[in-house]
Parts: sequence; C-alpha cells; structure tokens
Amino acid sequence: MIADIGMLSLTMALLLAVYTATAALYGGWKGRWTWVESARNASVMIFFMLTISVVAVVYSLVRLDLSLAYVSEVSSRATSLFLRVTALWGGQRGSILFWAWLMSAFLAAVAIRKWDTDRVLMPYVIGVATLTTGFFIWLVVFVANPFARMWVVPGSDEIVKAVLPPRGATPFIPVDGQGLNPLLRHFGMIGHPPTAYVGFTGFVIPYAFAVAALITGQSRSDAWIRTTRRWTLVAWLFLSIGLLLGGRWAYDVLGWGGFWGWDPVENAMLMPWLTGTAFLHSVMITEKRGMLKVWSVVLIILTYLLVIFGTFITRTGLVSSVHAFAKSSLGLPFFVFIGIMFLGSFTLLLKRLDTLRSEHEMESFLSREAVFLFQNMLFLAITVAVFWGTVFPMISELVTGERITVGPPYFDKVTGPMFAALVLLMGVAPLFAWRKQAARTLGKALWGPFAVATLIAVVLGFWQRMHPAAAFGIWLVIFVALTTLLEFWKGMKARMTVRKEHPLEALVNLIARNRRRYGGYIVHLAVVMMALGVIGDGYFQKETQAPLRVGQTLSLQGYTIRFDGLRQYMGSDGREVLEAQVSLFKGDEFVRVLRPRRDYFIVQQQPVTIPATHTTLAGDVYVLLVGWEEITASSATFKIYWNPLIIWMWSGGIMLIVGTLIAWWPTRAARREVSYVLRPGAMRPQPSSGG
Amino acid sequence: MRWLTVVVALAFLVALVTNPPSVLAQGGENLPTDDEVNAIAKKLYCPVCPNTPLDVCETLACKEWREQIRDQLAQGWTEQQIMDYFVAQYGKRVLAEPPREGFSVLAWLLPALGVVVGAGIVIQVLRKWKARRAVATAVPPTVDVPPEVVARVEKELQDLW
Repeated sequence: MIADIGMLSLTMALLLAVYTATAALYGGWKGRWTWVESARNASVMIFFMLTISVVAVVYSLVRLDLSLAYVSEVSSRATSLFLRVTALWGGQRGSILFWAWLMSAFLAAVAIRKWDTDRVLMPYVIGVATLTTGFFIWLVVFVANPFARMWVVPGSDEIVKAVLPPRGATPFIPVDGQGLNPLLRHFGMIGHPPTAYVGFTGFVIPYAFAVAALITGQSRSDAWIRTTRRWTLVAWLFLSIGLLLGGRWAYDVLGWGGFWGWDPVENAMLMPWLTGTAFLHSVMITEKRGMLKVWSVVLIILTYLLVIFGTFITRTGLVSSVHAFAKSSLGLPFFVFIGIMFLGSFTLLLKRLDTLRSEHEMESFLSREAVFLFQNMLFLAITVAVFWGTVFPMISELVTGERITVGPPYFDKVTGPMFAALVLLMGVAPLFAWRKQAARTLGKALWGPFAVATLIAVVLGFWQRMHPAAAFGIWLVIFVALTTLLEFWKGMKARMTVRKEHPLEALVNLIARNRRRYGGYIVHLAVVMMALGVIGDGYFQKETQAPLRVGQTLSLQGYTIRFDGLRQYMGSDGREVLEAQVSLFKGDEFVRVLRPRRDYFIVQQQPVTIPATHTTLAGDVYVLLVGWEEITASSATFKIYWNPLIIWMWSGGIMLIVGTLIAWWPTRAARREVSYVLRPGAMRPQPSSGG
Repeated sequence: MRWLTVVVALAFLVALVTNPPSVLAQGGENLPTDDEVNAIAKKLYCPVCPNTPLDVCETLACKEWREQIRDQLAQGWTEQQIMDYFVAQYGKRVLAEPPREGFSVLAWLLPALGVVVGAGIVIQVLRKWKARRAVATAVPPTVDVPPEVVARVEKELQDLW
C-alpha cells in the first residue's frame, strides 16, 4: 500500500519533470512568463513528490516489506533500525532515488531563493537542472526501481524483479532479506554517502546557471558566478567532507592501514573535487579581473560531467572496486546521457565564445594572474592523470587484451610532484599582486619563511635520516604554513597599529571583515595540515607482523602489544565475531587494552577486519588481527601499523570545514557588492545580484 | 560471483600443478618472517580481488599465495625472481603499477605530456595577455574621469581590503 503510494508519486515526479523542463524552456524561449512561473511551481512539486517516494522506501525498509525486491536486497530481519533507514542509499535502486531526491531539493531551493533576483536566467536554470534531475528520475522509474516486486514466472527458474507483474506470474515474498553489504554495516553509513551525494548533486546549480548564462548570452557578465558562488561552496564543502569521511571510514573498516587507496571510486570522487577547486579559484580571476571567462565555464561543465561520470563508474560496476556493491545495466543510458551533456554544453560554449572575451590584460609574468593560471593548469593536469590511471586498465584490456593494475604507486609517483607544486603555489600566490609584482618585495616577503623552513627541514632530515622527498615535503609544509600565517600577521599588524586593536581582536576583525579572503587562507592552512598527514602516511608509516602465542609480545616504534587471548561470539546482524584482546604498552608502561577483531558475515561468507587503534598526537598505533590458530585459539597473528601524523589529516579536515564556512557566511556587504572594472573607459559600478 | 570462485579454484590448481608447494623441503628453523613476506606481497596485487594488495588481502587464495612467497624465500629466491614468477603465472595485473614497456608506457607518458602541453599553453596565454596590454596602453582612454571620482574609487577599494 505504502509502496504503491511511493510508486505513484515517483511516476508523478517523472511526469512533472517532463512538464517542468518543457514549460521552463518554452516559456523562456517565447518570453511567456506564465509558463515559467508554472514551471517553477512544478519544480517544487517534483521535490515534494520525490520526498513521498523516499519516505515510502524508508518506511518499507523499516517495516521490512519483503515483497519489495529492494528491501530484500539491502535489509533483513537482523538489520538494526539505523541500518534499515540508511539502507536507503545502501544499494543501487535506493541510492539513485536518493540522488534524484537531493538534486530536486537543490532545484527547488534555487527556484524559490533566486526567483526574484535572476529572472532572466531562471527559465533556463530550471529547465537545465530539471533535465538532469529528470534523467535520474527516469533511471529510478525504468531501470532501477526501488518499488519493483519479485515475481515467479511459470516455466522459468529466475525470479523477475518488476513493478508490474509479467504475464501469468505469481508474487514471490522471501522469508528473509539478504541484508546490507557487510562493509556498509557501520556507523559511517550516516556520514560518507549522504555528504558525498549532497556534494555531487549540489554542482547541478552552478552548472545550470553557467548553461543558462550561455543560452541567454548573460555570460557576458559575471553575474551568474556571483549568484552561484555560495552554492558552489556548499557543493564543494560537502564533497570535501564526503571525501574525508570516506577516508576515515576506509581507515576504520577496510584494514589496510591507510585512508586513501586510489580506488577507482575514490578517484571518481576526487576528480570533480579537483576541477571544482580549480573552478572556485578561476572564478576569482573572472570576478576580479574579467579574465578566464571561457575557462571558468569550461571548468564548471567539466566538473559536472565528472560528477555524472563518477556516478556512472560507481553505479555500473564498470571498473572493479571496493565500492562495486551496485552493479547493473545502467551503463548504456549513462553513456548516452554523458554524451549528450558533453556535446550540448560544449556546442553552446562555442556558439557563445564571443560573449566570453577577456576584459583585461596583465603586465608581467610575475603576477597573481600567472600564478593562478599555473595553479589551474596543475589542477587539470592532476585530474587528467587520475582519469587516465583510472581508465587505463580498461583501455589496456581493449587494446592488448591484457588487464593490468594501476595501483597506488602509480598515482603517488605521477600526482605527487604535481600536488607538491600546487601546495607551493598555494603558499606564494597570496603574496603576488594582481597585474604586476615587484620581484624585490616578493623576495623580501619570502626570505624569512624560506630560511626557517630550510633550516628545519635540513636539520630534521639529517637527524631523522629522511628520504629526500620526505624532507622536501616537510620543507614545503613549513614554508607554506609560514607564508600563509604571515598573511594573517600582516593584516593583524595593520589593524593593531592603525586602529589600536588588541591582537586577538585584530585577528577576529580581520577575518570577519574579509571572510572570503581569510576563510580561503584558513582552508589553505587546512590543506597544509592534511599534506602533513599525507607525508606521514607516505614516508614514515611502519608495519610489522608476527604470530603470537598467548603472553607473547610484538614491538613497533616504542610500542609493544601483548596477546592476552581470543574470544568468539555471535555478534548482532548475522556476524560471527572473533575478538582478540591485546595489551598495549609504551616502553614498559601499560597504556590500554585494544580489541582488534574479525567479523565474519555468515550469509555473505565475507570477513571484515576491524582494526583497533590508539591515537596520539604523534601517530596512531593500528592493530589488526590477521590470522589465528583455528582449534586451540592459543595463537594469533597480528599486524601493527605505526601511522605517524595521521591526526593532522582529520584535524585539517575540521579546519577546512571551518574555513569554508567562514568564506561562505553571508555578509550584508555582499548584497551591495559592486563589480569594479578598473579601466576608466568602462568605469561604471554594476550592482550585482548578491550572493 | 560464482565464476570468480571457479577462476580462483582453477588458478589454484594450475599453481599447484606447475609449482607444488615445498612445505616439506623446508628446514622449519629459519623460515622467513611475516615481515619479509609482506615486504614482497606489498608490491604485488591479488590476482583475483579488485584492487587489493596481496599483503592485506583476506581471501584464502591470497593466504596461500603469501605462503608460497614464504616457501620461495626459504628456497633462496630473490625478490625479483618471485615477482617475475607471479607475473609469469598470473599476468601483469599482479604488478601494482603498469610496467614501463610496451603499451603500458602510455600510462606513464600521457600525464607527463599533459603537464608539458599544459605549461606550454599557459605560457602562450600569458604571452598573449602581455602582448594585448602593449596594444591597449598605446590607445589613450577615451572617457575622461574626474580625478575626484578616481580618488573615491581608490579609497573605496582600499577600504574593501
């Protein structure tokens, strides 16, 4: 009954989407405002209809309505309430509905909030955003329907999953469901997938605005960029959080001692993040200097294409990956959709090239424009490298017939130097002035941080016998941290002398008055912190493994574990738990008890190794139970990782969120922000539409 | 997933036939440690699981492969010999990174080429911008702006920062 209501509203949503896109585009084209208004209202209705469908799926999952194929795929009697609810995005069918729902939420929000300020663009924004949302709703209805039931067709062994019964079929209701993929049975289920999805879908807004600006010719001005700046930041922030939580989840569950494995699906999420970050920077040049207009449009189109490509990879099982829990025949529709979007967007861009002429020029290679350009180039080059590494196994198989692996060492070697160059540019870019930077003042500003960083890196490098690359990494981190902190100090000093403010007051006021700028610098500092985490993981990680009898010990990096015993019990949710108890000592001093375990999921026949970690500021002790004596349980094999500096990764992540929120926070000033054009010939203040 | 199990089983059989495990041949005294085994397994990829290094892979097959590395080490094989053996047995996919020969060279060349071409384009664009400025400055501004307006704008810009 509830499922039928969900199915009905889902169908309504699809019809509404068709109507909305048609009415919006037609109204915009013919200048019929009533059509556009109707489209706006319909776009809000899409969100309501999909909300009903989502509630219906969640209700069916919670009540374990096993007549639905989706419920039996991702839920079971043993599944906890928490996992039943989050199972909404735990499998193919539900996750695409969830995706479409989030996208429709963005669509409805923008249709309501930006209605009065961006009338000219609105018909096309609604039209374009509804087209892509509609594609996903279509997928939900026709390809991966969460309301599909199971049917037994006479004369066939297979169970048919369909909404409408095939001829002569009888319904099939299993006794119990299969339950969620074991790897997903974790608290992280509430964090990583939803944030990642919000991040992905959020990029529909800047994309729709860019395309609308191209269609209307409004691309001449940067109004669309100003309008979407904070929407883009929201999408970017959630994508960043999604990446971080994904890393944390992998660290806690996958048991390989790290947080990033260059898995195709991780890459699929990293790529739009890279181009999105490049976009956030290139629009600064577009806004401030009227340059790189084409480039900014290209970047947002690319970002959105990569978002769709990312879902394509994740949801189709095209490449093998730890995320390949959702395989299906979605490939072809996705392929066609990406093709249409690609051709459509870029044809439009080419037709409107004349509206995107650069307004300004620069005076010197030593200028912020030049630094920004190189930075953008690096972001794109890393994206290309990641893309190439991700698809290369497929290409190789196609061409040579042999499947090869492109693993972490490849990505580390190829993208590592580029990331390093990027971090370096991040450190020096704020010191460059627009147009022209005198080499002398630049040298003066950089001299101090350079000397301090070099001194520390050289001393530390020799003392700790570091790998040269590691020492360089340390140098880079210190240098960039110092140059960025100096920017804060310069601003604070100015306020302290001019306005006689207390240092702390000066800092707070400085940030509060220039939220965008200093929020950005805080994000830069966060990136430096995370870089430190990456260096620790990459160059200073240590590991050891040995079989231990009860009472025996194993040492690593000043820590010792003592094996105290094994115990086996039936855990919740259909798992057999084998838990080891080990005592952790630092030197001779007892620190705490750790309980690494191995969960064996009986139905799925899948083991999951859950590490036990002890976190300190210097690093994590990460203990894994990798093997044991089956019968006597008197001995077990442990692997210990020493993961130094890893806490910087997570604290850097929190800092990134704080910085982005500061940059995002609306200012009253932003509303009357004026677009200054510095050339006297064109010096007319243009009131912007606000952020 | 059933075919995968079959493939694993077959791969096993092949491995057993072509290279019988040499457990009996060992002295048992100076068996290579887990760390020595992992150091090599780390550089290899599980031939059957998606994107999983051999040192952390949990399947039974991988466990056996690690034991095989231990045996080979005990027999005095070098790291290179073991790696070569695995490549010969299971194909190049067991290597963590594409070999720098044959078609896979492309995997390495393209990103490098991308950076070179990208840098070239950036420099070209910068040159163009500079050149355009030379032209732009040659033409005097056509609209006169009163100096007080310029002063006001400058002041407001100052305040903005």
